[in-house]
Amino acid sequence: MAASEQEILAGLAEIVNEETGIDTGDVQPEKSFTDDLDIDSLSMMTIVVNAEEKFGVRIPDDDVKGLSTVGDAVSYIAKASA
Amino acid sequence: MTESRLTDAQRVVVTGLGATTPLGGDVATTWAAMLAGQSGVKVLTEDWVETLPVHIGAPVAVDPSEVLPRPLIKRSDRSGQFAIIAAREAWADAGAPELEPERIGVVIASGIGGVTTLLDAYDTLKERGARRVLPMTVPMLMPNGPAALVGLELVARAGVHTPVSACSSGAEAIAYAVDMIRTGRADIVAAGGTEAAIHPLPLAGFAAMQALSTRNDEPERASRPYDKGRDGFVLGEGAGVLVLETLEHALARGATIYGEIAGAGITSDAHHMAQPDPVGAGATRAMGMALRAAGATASDVVHINAHATSTPVGDVAEAEAIRNALGDAVNGVCVSGTKSMTGHLLGAAGAVETIATLLALRDRKAPATTNLEDPDDDVHLDVVRGEPRALPDGELLALNNSFGFGGHNVALAVRSV
Repeated sequence: MAASEQEILAGLAEIVNEETGIDTGDVQPEKSFTDDLDIDSLSMMTIVVNAEEKFGVRIPDDDVKGLSTVGDAVSYIAKASA
Repeated sequence: MTESRLTDAQRVVVTGLGATTPLGGDVATTWAAMLAGQSGVKVLTEDWVETLPVHIGAPVAVDPSEVLPRPLIKRSDRSGQFAIIAAREAWADAGAPELEPERIGVVIASGIGGVTTLLDAYDTLKERGARRVLPMTVPMLMPNGPAALVGLELVARAGVHTPVSACSSGAEAIAYAVDMIRTGRADIVAAGGTEAAIHPLPLAGFAAMQALSTRNDEPERASRPYDKGRDGFVLGEGAGVLVLETLEHALARGATIYGEIAGAGITSDAHHMAQPDPVGAGATRAMGMALRAAGATASDVVHINAHATSTPVGDVAEAEAIRNALGDAVNGVCVSGTKSMTGHLLGAAGAVETIATLLALRDRKAPATTNLEDPDDDVHLDVVRGEPRALPDGELLALNNSFGFGGHNVALAVRSV
């Protein structure tokens, strides 16, 4: 069964925290990865690779560019794993 | 004691020390353990150990995961983690000097670089494909990674460097830092070495060279420089970092001074890729160069922290080189082989042992070489055994030797203050 968006958000927050040390509570849907969370492109790619692993989805590099907020990523993963 | 020919603006002194070693997570713990004759060597517990002929090593006493935040652990090779720990301690010990970033330099050496990152990433590539290879892999495996990490930490913009000369790398870093300061490129340099190579591949490679001790049943007795029963070195890991600046600069800011890096000698053998020159000619020249650079003579030397890795060939070649370099003055020199306790930290060895040399002069105590029960008849040196040896009062000079595969020889002359 596919994970709910709430579960995806919690899982993504854990991955972001592991990589950057950002508090899981700060990883909210409206937050921008670059502008709000100050995540650089290398960390972003690490987060993507770990998210692919965790949620069993594939996020092509071209699609990563479209994921500007945490919410974008949660929706993308939800759709991809549905 | 021969007077230094240099002015206070040319003499380079040490004002901060930092280390993480098999004996302790900092300098004070490491030095206390060294004076107490403790061993950092143990039976390795990883599941791959049984596949190797060598089951022992000298891992750091305090794992980086206990002192560094998890994101830094995930984004840096273990060798970078050691370097950060040692550099933070050294910089704080130096009083966290405040100066323009353009005047701060970093020289952190490594013998092998991010070898565990490289090999673990290769396992990932083979088992799970290219997509699973993390984007930080290259910055983590490159040998200059630890130097760059320390440069970021200290905001150092006068240059970040990484000498690579196998087991003499750490000493070469200190020599390079002295040059940076004397040529006016930097006012303060954090210099040293780091190594994290306890992984089955380097162990298998060193074992294939028959360079490692296989005294698997008696780990604490395995590293035994100058002893007849020695059968190779023990692979250790860790880092040492020193903060260096001119005497003038140190005095002006009221820094505590541990001692002076009075001279350095660097030579190469051009004899063999991995065997030492049997009479140690290059090592002899390096020691002579270091003494001349220090404005000193052989009779000024009271103590040597020897390279002394516990290999059958290397220890004798170095002993011969020391006798040739010092001549009759060798009789007044006590020699310590601290790898008997730490194992061999490869690219970090020269830095950690320079710290031990500085502290031996400060505390007037040369550490004992442990496990020296039956001295090799071919080693004609006064090697400290049993208890640490008291050193005399007054201004003292010591040498620290480091040699590396490839025929690298580095000798540093250290003067007390």
